[in-house]
Amino acid sequence: MGVKVLNSGLSTTIQDLGRPGYFHLGIPMSGAMDQKAMRIANLLVGNPENAAGLEIVFTGPTLRFDEACLIAITGAEMPFKLDGVSQSSWQSIQVEKGQTLEFDYLRAGARCYLSISGGINVPLVLGSRSTYLVGSFGGMHGRPIAAGDILPLGRCDFMASQVGKNLPTKMLPNIGVREIRVLLGLYSYRLTEGSISKFFSEKWVVASEADRMGYRFKGGQALEFVERKAPFGAGSDPSNIVDSSYAYGSIQVPSGTEPIILHRDAVSAGGYFTLGAVISADMDLIAQLQPNTSIQFVSIDMHQALLARAERVAEMKEIRGYISNS
Amino acid sequence: MNKKQIMSPLPGTFYRKPSPDSENFKNDGESVEIDDVVGLAEVMKSFHEIKSTVTGRELKFLVEDGDAIMPGQVIAEVE
Repeated sequence: MGVKVLNSGLSTTIQDLGRPGYFHLGIPMSGAMDQKAMRIANLLVGNPENAAGLEIVFTGPTLRFDEACLIAITGAEMPFKLDGVSQSSWQSIQVEKGQTLEFDYLRAGARCYLSISGGINVPLVLGSRSTYLVGSFGGMHGRPIAAGDILPLGRCDFMASQVGKNLPTKMLPNIGVREIRVLLGLYSYRLTEGSISKFFSEKWVVASEADRMGYRFKGGQALEFVERKAPFGAGSDPSNIVDSSYAYGSIQVPSGTEPIILHRDAVSAGGYFTLGAVISADMDLIAQLQPNTSIQFVSIDMHQALLARAERVAEMKEIRGYISNS
Repeated sequence: MNKKQIMSPLPGTFYRKPSPDSENFKNDGESVEIDDVVGLAEVMKSFHEIKSTVTGRELKFLVEDGDAIMPGQVIAEVE
């Protein structure tokens, strides 16, 4: 029973929507980096949106299904085959007992999400099945899946009406967006005005240091700080502050050179200033950026950020409605 | 002669040698066999070996040390 891992892929982890509520203890939210893709994959197979699936980054695993089930693969564009037959993403696919799933090269985006009817039934840790690699807990013993693992599935009796469910193209997320919206603060006052406008005018390229903790960017000019006498408790570098907490999406810029967007597995606090935060509506886009992709940061205000969030909530509501009525 | 291609499964930065002071894994004109390491891809703060998926001779690299690479990009060709 379950799903046998024949080949793991680069770093395939079990994720659900995460474990919010422990950030004050230094335990990050974890969970799917592209939350919308994970939610849709689950909806397509008839799971609760928070069921655990696989987050697949850059290269896919090879999996053998030892029980019949439904699967859906969303997110990045990475062609895949069931027993050698090509299948489509963003739809639910019936899998017979014994069939093998394998992936081709990644074509666009960075992360795919695989949901299986019943969900992957590893134990809950602090209310979530998400893997937190740095903390070595959650998911499959706190590590990526490995060849030889058997992924246990939850109860897996799906209805025939669920097979082939899909979404119209216009409802699919556009993972090709290269403008990332940012709300300035909390420490943007540390920068000169000229430096802030330059930050938003330049192209920034995803560095190879980009993972579930954070996405580092390079290619822009070093930031210019306002002169100061370092306050008690802050380090001597102009990018240092008295330690403070970091929000999901915060952009820290150690030494003012390479911005890092803190993502689902990031630290909760530290001593670098943050010039702003990527708005929650755009965090899924970060998850789909490959190294060497160039992007631009766009400064928006709180009103626009809240509108973007409301739009995102409305899109998700529309998707839920479409899938349950189809 | 038909050309056979060696592709990178990963995005990232391509390196032809295991460390800056080392020799290249492989040089142009050499022969390769399946599973020979031809380079490294640096991605997500770690280095991953790129192995040949073909056997052939007269290796010719199409990307330089330190170049950005994409998944499925042809790194080298052999005859």
